Amino acid sequence: MTMREMSANQAANQAYVSDRLLPAEPPPASVRHWSKARIAGIVLMTLWAAIAIALVVFFISAWNPALLTRYGPKLLDGLLVTIELVVLSVAIGAVLAGIVAAGRLSKNRWTRGLAFAFVYFFRGTPLLAQTFLVYYGAGQFREVFEAAGLWWFFRDAFNCAALTFTLNTAAYQAEIYAGAIRGISVGQWEGARALGLSPVVIFIKVVAPQALITALRPLGNEIIFMIKGSAIASVITVYDLLGETRLAFSRSFDFQVYLWAAGLYLVVVEALRRLWDAAERRLTRHLKPAQDSSGQQVVAEQLGA
Amino acid sequence: MSLFKKLAAATVLAVLATGAAQAQETLRIGTEGAYPPFSEITADGKLVGFDIDIANALCDEMKVKCEFISQDWDGIIPALLAGKYDAIVASMSITEERKEKVDFTDKYYDTPQAIVVPKDSDITEATAESMADRSVGAQSSTTHAQYAEQIFPDSDIRLYPSADEYKLDLSSGRLDAALDDVIVLSEWVDSEDGSCCKILTTLPGDPKIYGPGIGIAVRKGDDELREKLNAAIKAIRENGTYKKINDKYFDFDVYGG
Repeated sequence: MTMREMSANQAANQAYVSDRLLPAEPPPASVRHWSKARIAGIVLMTLWAAIAIALVVFFISAWNPALLTRYGPKLLDGLLVTIELVVLSVAIGAVLAGIVAAGRLSKNRWTRGLAFAFVYFFRGTPLLAQTFLVYYGAGQFREVFEAAGLWWFFRDAFNCAALTFTLNTAAYQAEIYAGAIRGISVGQWEGARALGLSPVVIFIKVVAPQALITALRPLGNEIIFMIKGSAIASVITVYDLLGETRLAFSRSFDFQVYLWAAGLYLVVVEALRRLWDAAERRLTRHLKPAQDSSGQQVVAEQLGA
Repeated sequence: MSLFKKLAAATVLAVLATGAAQAQETLRIGTEGAYPPFSEITADGKLVGFDIDIANALCDEMKVKCEFISQDWDGIIPALLAGKYDAIVASMSITEERKEKVDFTDKYYDTPQAIVVPKDSDITEATAESMADRSVGAQSSTTHAQYAEQIFPDSDIRLYPSADEYKLDLSSGRLDAALDDVIVLSEWVDSEDGSCCKILTTLPGDPKIYGPGIGIAVRKGDDELREKLNAAIKAIRENGTYKKINDKYFDFDVYGG
């Protein structure tokens, strides 16, 4: 068969096919069955909507400006205490956690054991018990602390709370950091070493930036836990946001103070969430698809070529 | 006996037992259990104290059975409103603020408050000036806490969940003073735990804060129970039961004038 014959044949075939093709039709309208899942979904959504509406209605009906002027400033004071406690303990705890994480990853058996014991104790016992132990425990041994010249520190309830929270969060953060560093493949270390980089430079320039990506979200969780956990400080007379709320409730017996507190917690956690999103964008900027000057995504093949 | 028969017999017994218990009506009473000598929990977990004895005497008088439920002070009124129990016998002052949420019986005792300080304290009088910049402890959400905030505006008022904790901080020297009921404090300073401290002075109290004394709280509108309790308080005052309980704990009449 010659080439010309072949193309003629193809043309004939095309006409034959297009003659017999069904005309294009819109797809059939999808039939929405009343499936079990759909009914359950509607019921649940109705329930959620009802709860949301009930909360809003309750809030409007219970709105009490006198209560707000009386207890509002106290709640804000409490919020300040919460933020102070969390910022202090998370920041100092992070430094401590770095040391403990290094201990956890150490090649020395004793260093490893010591770091493990620290983490084991502070993760294994309740924060409430630790707070009580540090505050009232220190009170029982006043002479010892006075002799050591430390009583001025332990006399103050806020210091005791901040110290306990620091130690507690250090244990949790150490596990997060150690886990994230362990997650970086050995090849990264080996490759960097092959380039002749020193261990410190390898850690700062190669390992830490990658480990931080893994550690970021668990660390955010830990901080949120601390924000809420700081309520425990009120058992040793440090009244944080929730402590002040409970005080206000026990005087006014008005449930809405808890709603205010919930709102304030939401604001704080939302601020943290946004901060964390920004931090994640910054840390993972090398993983984003590149963009050309017009804002168009450059196709992967071009990058590869 | 087969297992089935044993089970059946046990069921019948259980039903009979509950039936017998129900024949006598029970009154559920909320109390704190951390306010000796008025209410405390003994080492073996029993509730004892002046409040408990008074409540039992009132129940006997009303021919009902008392059932005690211990509850943290902060939540003691909300739990009453939520129906966890029907009356609060927990040394609660009858105040205007509380009256907005609950009703009170007549008072069943009325004692003054006092200031306690460490024995070596240089504080000699309980005035706003002498207490300025000192730390003063009190139990949170109590009339004493409110009173402390009012009369010592320049002091560092520290609020504790229960009396046990401010006592610990007094003996460790974290607190310069504490304010509470004179009976609670004098019992404590006489005990070994309270040997660190002495009672500085009693305080007159502010009737606006303290109200007419200590009463029993019931839910608003529960007038039948309130009237019955009032009658019972009157009865035990008259028939000598109150005096007997009073003398068991105190060497003076705590009912007040």
